[in-house]
Amino acid sequence: MLRRTLAIAVKELLHLRRDPRTAGTLVAMPILLMFVYGFALSFDAKHIRLVVVDQDGTSASRDAAEAFLRSGYFDLVAREHDPRPLERLFATGRAQAALVVPYRYADDLTAGRPTTLQFVLDGSDSQMATTILGYAGQIVASLSPLVRVGAATGPVVPLPLVWYNPDLDSARFLVPGLLAFILMVTSVIATALAVVREKERGTMESLRATPMVALELLIGKTVPYLLVSFFSAAGALAIAYAVFAVPVRGSLVWLALVTLAFLAVGLGWGVLVSTIAETQQVAFQLALLSSMLPTLLLSGFIFPISSMPAALQWFTRIVPARYFLVALREIVLKGSGPAVWWDQAASLVVFGGLVLALATARTLRSL
Amino acid sequence: MSEPAVVARELTRTFGAFRAVDRVSFEVPPGEVFGFLGSNGAGKTTTIRMLCGLLAPSSGSATVLGLDVASRAAEIKRRIGYMSQRFSLYADLTVEENLRFWGGAYGLFGAEIARRADWGIGIAELGERRRALVRELPGGYRQRLALACALLHEPPVVFLDEPTSGVDPEARRRFWDLIDGLGATGKTVFVTTHAMDEAERCHRVAFMHAGRLLRLDTVPRLKQLFAAGEIIELRCANAARALARLDRAPGVSEASLFGDALHVALDGPSRRAEVVAALEASGFGPVAAETIEPSLEDVFIRVIREAEREAA
Repeated sequence: MLRRTLAIAVKELLHLRRDPRTAGTLVAMPILLMFVYGFALSFDAKHIRLVVVDQDGTSASRDAAEAFLRSGYFDLVAREHDPRPLERLFATGRAQAALVVPYRYADDLTAGRPTTLQFVLDGSDSQMATTILGYAGQIVASLSPLVRVGAATGPVVPLPLVWYNPDLDSARFLVPGLLAFILMVTSVIATALAVVREKERGTMESLRATPMVALELLIGKTVPYLLVSFFSAAGALAIAYAVFAVPVRGSLVWLALVTLAFLAVGLGWGVLVSTIAETQQVAFQLALLSSMLPTLLLSGFIFPISSMPAALQWFTRIVPARYFLVALREIVLKGSGPAVWWDQAASLVVFGGLVLALATARTLRSL
Repeated sequence: MSEPAVVARELTRTFGAFRAVDRVSFEVPPGEVFGFLGSNGAGKTTTIRMLCGLLAPSSGSATVLGLDVASRAAEIKRRIGYMSQRFSLYADLTVEENLRFWGGAYGLFGAEIARRADWGIGIAELGERRRALVRELPGGYRQRLALACALLHEPPVVFLDEPTSGVDPEARRRFWDLIDGLGATGKTVFVTTHAMDEAERCHRVAFMHAGRLLRLDTVPRLKQLFAAGEIIELRCANAARALARLDRAPGVSEASLFGDALHVALDGPSRRAEVVAALEASGFGPVAAETIEPSLEDVFIRVIREAEREAA
């Protein structure tokens, strides 16, 4: 049993060695994607084009404008004394945000009267607008307890206190999701292609005539890709640490174990795809669609599950990345132990067991 | 005599309404080179796949080395070699890597693998090219290597499904030298082909047609279907049209085109002059006639026509 499995595994590694493109894709893709997505998928707003409309013209009003510019999020594009040019500035896209300091701002502050700064935002990108509004709130809070942003009423001023990711740095939030996404996509595709290739080339017929059983074939086929994916996962995490300064707070051993469980699901899924597809092209499409879209959209990677419609929320239960992601964020960002995420890990293990059993059963029939 | 290596009893396989193999029965004694002859779609590959435990019979039964194909396929697979019609080598691996892989797939390991891989390289005559990638090898060498891969675990029975398709005549001849050698060392070789010259080299030949086994015998005895002098070769002008003329001629039982000559089976040795005269009278002269030894193809054509007449 072990010998035949080993023979297949060694052969798969030889294939990988002879095919630097596939091997390169498997190893380099996750690292490359981590770079690309890490930068591009950032929800952080930087270099926001800001117009300051200073109707007060006092040192206090200049301090307020200065606080915004010092924060590092804003670039000053114009300084006005009158709000009328604002509409044109927004319409032409020269400005994304405007800070309007009203008349008598300095007077109000000196007299100890509550006063208001008006903050005007281009809301066409709502996600971006929400982020910018958050920044503005923080900056204004630092000016004086008497100053409020916009039209907020009442004496209660929210005081946000963010744990684990105090700068609300989206890289920290995204990196675990990216890791799940990359691992899912590469493991499913690599396995599906490796099995379907044998069918397409006709070598499957000869393999079937050997004493090899389906389980030996599947283990021998998947373990090499499991190892390669595992190492590229480690590479992607290293990039996350070096480039995006995302530390792994929790235990590396737990991280490795949970990742392995997740990879097992991906590989089983790949085998399942291979029992349906007859050609490598179909296998590739099927593997990509069935792994990429759910992981991207329904795992909580980008869109929070709690804000989805109930039917869709239920559907996310069969997206394995959902469980992985929760456990991963707990381990990477919070350093939590298994007591916190054991239910997620258990779900992954059960899910993996089901997928692998189904894949083996189908392989037995369809090989 | 020892137990037969392969036995089929009323072996049948249907795909929907189509009977790919229809109540086929035969026995193959150990050490025989057994030829399975038939055109494409005659049911040869389906029979082989059932015997190798890759396809369950719809009805009937078969045993290989005394093991039932339906219930003991796993044990059979350990004791047979199978060279499928499709390519069974990995083109992106070297000669040696392929041998080692297939050895491992059959459960060999360590020194045993190395020893058998060396043996395989010898059989395939690839001593100098053991590190060459298979995709760089000519077809004939690939075929020999594929055979070597199927023999690594020293199976007493080998199934070869059209092993020489797409290979040049010289490579084919050398491949059959290998098969002869296997038979001589006591291995049972079950080989399918649609090439008559290859079938001539088998100890016994089974004619398959439309899923039925029509005839099974040694080559000399198959040829005795014709009496001495019963087959003649005719050379005349416009052989193709002469063939049409002979179809209805008295004294002719079969006629077929062989290259630019005609092979004619007569109702009896005495009718030769009558047939020649008839052709010359129809303006195909001069006609040269020569008594020939019937080829296996003559026999095959007669057997199939008889079967079709019976069915009609």
